[in-house]
Amino acid sequence: MSDPTRLTIAETREALTAKAFSAEELAQAHLDAIETGNAALNAFILPTQEHALDEARASDERIAKGDTRPMEGIPLGIKDLFCTKGVRTTACSHILDGFEPGYESTVTQNLWDAGAVMLGKLNCDEFAMGSSNETSCYDPVINPWRRDGSDAKLVPGGSSGGSASAVAAYMCQGATATDTGGSIRQPASLTGTVGLKPTYGRCSRWGTVAFASSLDQAGPITRSVRDSAIMLGAMAGYDEKDTTSVNVAVPDYEAAVGQSIKGLKVGIPKEYSMEGMPKEIETLWHQGIAWLKDAGAELADVSLPHTKYALPAYYIVAPAEASSNLARYDGVRYGLRVEGDDIIDMYEKTRAAGFGAEVKRRVLIGTYVLSAGYYDAYYLKAQRVRTLIKRDFEQVFEDVDVLLTPATPGPAFALGEKSGDPIEMYLNDIFTVPANMSGLPGISIPAGISGEGTPLGLQLISKAFDEEMLFRVGHVIEQAAGKLPEPEDWWSVS
Amino acid sequence: MANEGAPAHLINSSTGDWEMVIGMEVHAQVTSKAKLFSGASTEFGAEPNAQVSLVDAAMPGMLPVINQECVAQAVRTGLGLNAKINLVSVFDRKNYFYPDLPQGYQISQFTQPIVGEGEVALDMDDGKEIRVGIERLHLEQDAGKSLHDQDPKSSYVDLNRSGVALMEIVSKPDIRSSAQAQAYVSKLRSILRYLGTCDGNMEEGSLRADVNVSVRRPGEDLGTRCEIKNVNSIRFIGQAIEYEARRQIEIIEDGGEIEQETRLFDPKTGETRSMRTKEEAHDYRYFPDPDLLPLEFTQAYVDDLAAHLPELPDQKKARFMKDWNLQHYDAEVLVAEKERADYFEQMVGLGAEPAAAVNWVLNQHLGRINKEGIAFEDAPVSAKANTAILKMTAEGTISGKIAKDLYDLVWETGGNPEKLVEERGLKQVTDTGEIEKVVDEVVAANPKQVEQVKAKPQTLGWFVGQVMQKTGGKANPQMVNQLLREKLDVAES
Repeated sequence: MSDPTRLTIAETREALTAKAFSAEELAQAHLDAIETGNAALNAFILPTQEHALDEARASDERIAKGDTRPMEGIPLGIKDLFCTKGVRTTACSHILDGFEPGYESTVTQNLWDAGAVMLGKLNCDEFAMGSSNETSCYDPVINPWRRDGSDAKLVPGGSSGGSASAVAAYMCQGATATDTGGSIRQPASLTGTVGLKPTYGRCSRWGTVAFASSLDQAGPITRSVRDSAIMLGAMAGYDEKDTTSVNVAVPDYEAAVGQSIKGLKVGIPKEYSMEGMPKEIETLWHQGIAWLKDAGAELADVSLPHTKYALPAYYIVAPAEASSNLARYDGVRYGLRVEGDDIIDMYEKTRAAGFGAEVKRRVLIGTYVLSAGYYDAYYLKAQRVRTLIKRDFEQVFEDVDVLLTPATPGPAFALGEKSGDPIEMYLNDIFTVPANMSGLPGISIPAGISGEGTPLGLQLISKAFDEEMLFRVGHVIEQAAGKLPEPEDWWSVS
Repeated sequence: MANEGAPAHLINSSTGDWEMVIGMEVHAQVTSKAKLFSGASTEFGAEPNAQVSLVDAAMPGMLPVINQECVAQAVRTGLGLNAKINLVSVFDRKNYFYPDLPQGYQISQFTQPIVGEGEVALDMDDGKEIRVGIERLHLEQDAGKSLHDQDPKSSYVDLNRSGVALMEIVSKPDIRSSAQAQAYVSKLRSILRYLGTCDGNMEEGSLRADVNVSVRRPGEDLGTRCEIKNVNSIRFIGQAIEYEARRQIEIIEDGGEIEQETRLFDPKTGETRSMRTKEEAHDYRYFPDPDLLPLEFTQAYVDDLAAHLPELPDQKKARFMKDWNLQHYDAEVLVAEKERADYFEQMVGLGAEPAAAVNWVLNQHLGRINKEGIAFEDAPVSAKANTAILKMTAEGTISGKIAKDLYDLVWETGGNPEKLVEERGLKQVTDTGEIEKVVDEVVAANPKQVEQVKAKPQTLGWFVGQVMQKTGGKANPQMVNQLLREKLDVAES
């Protein structure tokens, strides 16, 4: 038996049906990979071995009966933002120390109903606030990729750093992630994985710890475009428990993979060509344009004039919502409580001890921009900017089918390199934030290798609920890029 | 302003007249099985924390889903207040920390409420009609309850009420006296109960009022107001306003200034005291709740609710006056409580004569109920029983006096009035021979009085009393009267 951890979800699906190995063997192989590799990468914060093996055995019974489901036996990692029944869920924050939900998030429940198997809970930035996975209360996640000739630890990006690192290091075949400003696409780009942020409302938010409600969206991180399509098909769907989820039928996403892009119109937004952008990013972008042209697509230069306001507006809207969403963590009902002289003292001590610096920064920013006298100047204005950004996209999508942009302004950076400067950290999301502000779907596809020997991604953005377009065009990029180098396994200890 | 130019309610002071300006914010709990944004039950009186869903407890990742019945109830209420229904409204978060507010924010409506301007008409005791403008009505979540008396060191929290739907009904500052304020809340309560949108139970906290009071010299600009929070009885509303207005006048007359603040009414002392000043006021950081889309519905939806609206007190009053010739005051008292009006209508439907029925319900029936201090619907005498009593009276089967005794008998025994009359022999005696026998006996036994009545015919009443006593009140008084006149030769007076 060759190593099943190296297979994609699509390949594993066939192997399981062909009984090349059992789901239990598959789960065990991944648990072994976690066992040997996680100490170095810190991607998993809570492996769930017994649960995984139980579920895998149940899958084997179904496979034996020929009663398989779309993701039968597929081993996944679950970002710690998703509430998992009876399994500790903390959003990687001390404020939720020891919290075990009595309920399962809709997205993970959908995956279990499709036959997937949970290997454990994945590290992430605290409350998904961060772009390097350095704000987690469980310590940073390490990127399996290293710069050529260097042992320096690199970040996997964030906030879904654990998801990206675990998938890139073959510790799981796919992982759930969430994206509020780029938290799926940026780490995917920095780890050479495929990261999809679906249309806002495509996946239910019920049972997922909220960061910024109007921006949060769950999506998959996988090692191929086809796997991304398979996983989204299982995760997506209308949920009456989330009134912002949209009642649109879930199409057969996988069917879009491999479809020709001949005659499709691809827009190249000029505003994404930013001053000071590394040459290699520009080069990669041009390479992407050439690939799509070769595949028969028509290219068009387009303009999204309000792009430059997206990031500053995002850093008003997201913290504003977060400041309110995080008010429930007060030490009264669950999670951490630090006793105080009176209720106010208890609140203050609990929240001071429970939240990390970045979360506190955003709660303070959010509280400030919603305060009397500042609301109009900040929050209201940011919402107007958001409307303009949405309109930019609507106008452009009257002419083109999809947009191609870089996913990140640069490759993976070293641990601690940017954590001292919040603004520099925030700039990591410059290309990903507009899709969140407009609710549109975006995908990051591994497309090349930087001068440092680390991966780089390209981003596609499509119309609302046209994820099929992302899989169709994304697959073309994936094919054109060919087999990219893999990170050399330095993290496993035998 | 609807109530402008009615300066009848002035407070006279040594320095001249003062006028009160009052506005009210009434919180009415929506009658619905489930809470505003969760499926948990709203029933009163359950064990603490027995009716708490994951949403109500603000567990991580939980999301609110609007309860459509609460929306319908708010629209019905808006229609009952003759108000503008907003087809698009928005839920906002009002952010503050308190242990009985698990989310750390209350979901409310701030800039775009579900119901806009409307109006309520009040009939005052002096016969005048007052109109009070409604500024808005919005939906919001109630908070839980903090219990401070369960433990010496800690407070406990009961979240049963957390998330229950409230309608906040805001009046314009059109009210000019404590009597008007009380009439306003009574009328509002009556409308809500007719609509079935709030049970109006002030003791259980289903209806409570924040009262804004300011004073000014007649004709001058509005003074600085103070808000008295959570007054939970109509009597206390009157007391709180009277105290607060006088407190403010005293301060101004002593050369002071009113500080805008929130105050609490203490029913024990009848006084209001400061709770927090304007400087201590919260900054609630309102913003649209991103978990909820704007609330939208069609005019057709509103029209359908309007078509199925029950008859409201003002309409019922007009109908009673028109169909049954009731006096304005009687009709007003009848319709003030839906149960009362329904009871009356039931009696008329069973064949009671309307004029007699209204008199009987408002005096005999209501009189006993008030004496016993029980709720109208708990009275043991049914509309059917009362109708039977009135019918027997009208037909002459029993006398008016017996009717009252019979009523008390029915109240105490719960028996059937017709059977009781039979069993206890309460039938009015209309047999002339039987009455004549008694009359003859009385006349024969009292020669002195017979002499007297010839000179003073008004003493005939003494004979009537004697006869009635001897017949146990059952003799027909008219017949007794007539027979006595004949026997004693006393002319009709």
